[in-house]
Amino acid sequence: MNQNTTDAIKELLYKMADDLLIIGHRNSEWTGLGPILEEDISFSSMAQDKIGQAQALYVLLHELGEQEPDTVAFMRNANQFHNAQLLELPNGEYDFSLVRHFLFDHADQLRFEALATSSYEPVAKVARKVKGELKYHVFHANTWFVKLGSANEESHNRMQAAFNDAWNYALGMFEPSNNEGLLIEEGIFEGEKALFNKWLSNITPYILKAGITIPSSDTWNPVYGGRKGTHTEHLSPLVEEMSEVFRYDPTAEW
Amino acid sequence: MIKSLDPRVTRAEIDLDNNIEPLRELDQWETFEVFHQKKRGDQHMHVGIVHAPNAEMAFIFGKEQFGRRGISVNIWVVRTRDVYVSDYEDSDIFETVPGKNYREAGGYKVMDKINKYKKGI
Repeated sequence: MNQNTTDAIKELLYKMADDLLIIGHRNSEWTGLGPILEEDISFSSMAQDKIGQAQALYVLLHELGEQEPDTVAFMRNANQFHNAQLLELPNGEYDFSLVRHFLFDHADQLRFEALATSSYEPVAKVARKVKGELKYHVFHANTWFVKLGSANEESHNRMQAAFNDAWNYALGMFEPSNNEGLLIEEGIFEGEKALFNKWLSNITPYILKAGITIPSSDTWNPVYGGRKGTHTEHLSPLVEEMSEVFRYDPTAEW
Repeated sequence: MIKSLDPRVTRAEIDLDNNIEPLRELDQWETFEVFHQKKRGDQHMHVGIVHAPNAEMAFIFGKEQFGRRGISVNIWVVRTRDVYVSDYEDSDIFETVPGKNYREAGGYKVMDKINKYKKGI
């Protein structure tokens, strides 16, 4: 594999891993505060899954020459992260968190599905392994999204408002990347545009069932920047809090 | 407001004067019994209960409550109110069971005969 391809793969892996680490941390903030005990446990468990998936990707990056997973996860500054801004936004109320869970997990599942058939075997292996976890995450999101969207007036209005708030940030997940031409050529990844189309066609049936309306396309205004290290004011405090224990003594044995 | 060492709890701004009220009926939804199967072909075993509004949600919750630490291949959920529960007052119908060895096959010694047959004698 030549250097250009390696760089392109690393860019892709960093995107995915950072998305997962940041949302995993955000979702863990619901632990103990969830609306129902069983749902609190489910949501926290899924957050743990996401962090585990992030770790698997950081291990791949380490094999490609990046630093140790712990260092990469806990020693970077906010402007060195490549997650989409959607994932760093504060949790808000449970309606926003569920909407984000729905929008992100579908995209994440599609990314891993695409990589499961990738010609780069190590990432294909990780993708095949997380397939089952993601199946549950998406099923969980679909069920809650459809139920709350269509339950009664209050739940519908809250879900629709949260959806409207999240939409442009969700579009930002598919920020165009400079290096993806190479990955498309080599059959490693199909590219952000193709991914976006698949994502839209996957989520639309559930959005319809939930009685939610997608903002009209002439109002779309994707929030880009996250992939290049431009973030909202929310990421820095998150990174500091997440890294606090590790940074206290980076050489400690755990 | 509760101030905690954990900044996330502090941020949640939880009221200190939490009046504890008795739970209203069905406040936490009805319960479902959860059974899981470790390996295809095994018996499903009861592992606990979840509160849920319907069977689909009971499955979603049950998967994480009881399926997150070991492997299950299958989960059943049943509404607790659909489970017929016998009365403890009637448990005397089981009392004479230990004394009924005549029903057991313990006295039927047959392994020697089987082994002989297997050896083709």
